Amino acid sequence: MFETLIFVLDSTARLSTPLLLAALAGLYSERSGVFDIGLEGKMLGAAFAAGTAAALSGSAWIGLAAGIVISVALALVHGFACITNRGNQIVSGVAINFLAIGLTALLGQAWFGQGGRTPSVSGGGRFGELTLPLAESLRDVPVIGLIYYELVSGHNILVYVAFLAVPFSWWVLYRTRFGLRLRAVGENPGAVDTAGISVTWLRYRAVICTGILCGIAGTYLSIGQSASFIANMTAGKGFIALAALIFAKWKPVPVMFACLLFGFLDAVAIRLQGQQVPGIGEVPVQAIQALPYILTVVLLAGFIGKAVPPRAGGVAYVKERS
Amino acid sequence: MSDQLAIELVGVDKRFGQVHANKDIHLKVKKGSIHGIVGENGAGKSTLMSILYGFYHADSGEIRVDGRKVSIPSSQAAIALGIGMVHQHFMLVENFTVLENVILGAEGGALLAGGMSKARAELKRLADDYDLKVDPDALIEDLPVGLQQRVEILKALFRSADILILDEPTGVLTPAEADHLFRILRVLRDEGKTVLLITHKLREIMAVTDEVSVMRRGEIVATRQTSKTSMGELAELMVGRRVLLEVEKGPAQPGRPVLTVENLTVRDARGVDVVRNVSLEVRAGEIVGIAGVSGNGQSELLEAIAGIRAVISGTVTVDGTRVDLTQGGTDPAAMRGLGLAHVPEDRHRMGLVTRFPECENAILGYHRDPAYGRGPFLDFDRIRKAAKTEIEKYDIRPAECMLKTANFSGGNQQKIVLAREIERDPVILLVGQPTRGVDIGAIEFIHKRIVALRDAGKGVLLVSVELDEIRALADRVLVMFDGKVVGERAPETAESELGLLMAGASGQEAAE
Repeated sequence: MFETLIFVLDSTARLSTPLLLAALAGLYSERSGVFDIGLEGKMLGAAFAAGTAAALSGSAWIGLAAGIVISVALALVHGFACITNRGNQIVSGVAINFLAIGLTALLGQAWFGQGGRTPSVSGGGRFGELTLPLAESLRDVPVIGLIYYELVSGHNILVYVAFLAVPFSWWVLYRTRFGLRLRAVGENPGAVDTAGISVTWLRYRAVICTGILCGIAGTYLSIGQSASFIANMTAGKGFIALAALIFAKWKPVPVMFACLLFGFLDAVAIRLQGQQVPGIGEVPVQAIQALPYILTVVLLAGFIGKAVPPRAGGVAYVKERS
Repeated sequence: MSDQLAIELVGVDKRFGQVHANKDIHLKVKKGSIHGIVGENGAGKSTLMSILYGFYHADSGEIRVDGRKVSIPSSQAAIALGIGMVHQHFMLVENFTVLENVILGAEGGALLAGGMSKARAELKRLADDYDLKVDPDALIEDLPVGLQQRVEILKALFRSADILILDEPTGVLTPAEADHLFRILRVLRDEGKTVLLITHKLREIMAVTDEVSVMRRGEIVATRQTSKTSMGELAELMVGRRVLLEVEKGPAQPGRPVLTVENLTVRDARGVDVVRNVSLEVRAGEIVGIAGVSGNGQSELLEAIAGIRAVISGTVTVDGTRVDLTQGGTDPAAMRGLGLAHVPEDRHRMGLVTRFPECENAILGYHRDPAYGRGPFLDFDRIRKAAKTEIEKYDIRPAECMLKTANFSGGNQQKIVLAREIERDPVILLVGQPTRGVDIGAIEFIHKRIVALRDAGKGVLLVSVELDEIRALADRVLVMFDGKVVGERAPETAESELGLLMAGASGQEAAE
């Protein structure tokens, strides 16, 4: 029983990672007042770029770099549309999602001819599992050994990056000048502007942060969690991350718990497949797979209380002409 | 006050497309003085200050600060030159603390920790030096507007501003808060700071400035020493002709009650009772004014009586017909049918559809009147004819009934609403903020119309945050505070007493 729990928590950590990275990505952009429903598209673009670059170069790190570059490029497109040209942020995000879905499948098929997949990578082309120091020797210590060996150790580096990004983001947001200005510009860009700070440049920087984190999230999907890019492999994770972000009221630490909750449900769903549930019998796979999505709807519909988004979110900043 | 100049503008000119916002402005502001700039809305005051604060760039002309020629391409540059600005709409982040707001943009390093503690000490020093006490850890949204404004001033001083520009600073303040602000401004002046005060309220100019410049249609038409001018002269300079500052009206001759409100309670979306058990009566042939600081329930009271806001309890009797507002009372058309007309506070949000042409707005709310229709269709010939009559009668300019309403000035838009409501010959007129954002010339006209309506034997319930307006127009004054009517006074009552009532003092305290 205890072992089962540890295994479920272990896969929770793995499944939460892309959600966590994407949700933190969204946090930077949205706290600056730029709504971003294009997290999904950026992740997908990054996953494809990372899979392709890793397959061609054989290096996971080159894959990561490519993923980040593509994701930041898409983020800058969003920024150019919404910040510079004051376009509608939702429309721009939707456009980026469609662009990414179509283009990754098309290019994947054209280049590799494997139905949108990129060639499988192994060895140095993937982010392998790290065994933390002493994990092997502590393995036989009861309880703690198992927790350390199974749960804490044995993930790839991007998982650790994701969880370390939580305290780091908190620190950036609440303890640095950049964070203060970022939070301010999402609430009242006029205050930032009159304080002599460029609203445009500040929002661009926020959007770039979003691009970097989405890039890592996408890379994790294609060459961390799996060994190749598969068409539409994000499967709505960008939207679940967005839900987690709202659920967590745009705060880094609650974002982590929200993502862990979604990851946990996913892990339970996988675990329950083909199992006999007492009193119900075998639950259909589809019903179980729908569980995280149903929870998303339920939570967003009523359980989170009032989620107050950044006050200036969704609105381009125009200097008042008085 | 010395003869040294803190700011000198030489031939500053600014156009926005067709609009010549600032024409060849020459202005000299002496160091260590309080310099007022008055003018009607749209006279170009705000544009000029925005040029000084680096928001806009002048097309031509020269700006000198402390005798040196400078260019101010951005707010950053203005701050570096020691110019600070307190905006009409506060530029504060509401869910930040006072301290966070003050250091925003002047954090003193990439990490906050060091700058925060230094700023805390500096704030304490400024608070002591200038009598500007604010709790540095309070959230802005929890502070009353008077204190929020103090934070704006602190922001400027924290950036070591020597020249402080205040744009319409008293619009949101009670008279007592305004007095306190003026005391602060005098202290700042005595410490050698230069203050530029932009306002359209002549009383404030007379009360606090050393010198005053008058702007009209983008030009500075005169600069006077305040001690050597008068409100009358300034008003004349602002408008370009003689203006009656006092409203001429005879004593009221109240008749039968035309509006009776009983036990009205309104709860807003947050679950707060914003109007608490209010009862009042308006008689035919009198103007009842409701004074109060914005946000004390006056707006909701007016909306509830007009039938556009749900209530918890309360009845309204219009000209003898009693309506229980809790039972299907929220029907503005039914209220209109009883002879109640309503000029809403916010003409853009509730009074007009600004994208519609003037003539369509002139019948808005009365569009079902068979006089304007033929069966289910509107008869535009008759609508235009009616609109033209109103345009003539109310001197609405430009006299184009097909022009989009957004293209009319604030004063003319207000006249459109007023004409529509008054021309339906109501028994009782509710009117909210009738002259907000309206030029002095149009104010005079609107006031005359309201008095004429009273003299024609109709009742008027007037809500305004401008105490001067209430005292000039009303025959009886009710003061609202925190959702309740806290007192009734004659309009001649001293401003200080009314001000104290508006600030929540008991009647006893206010009279002392």
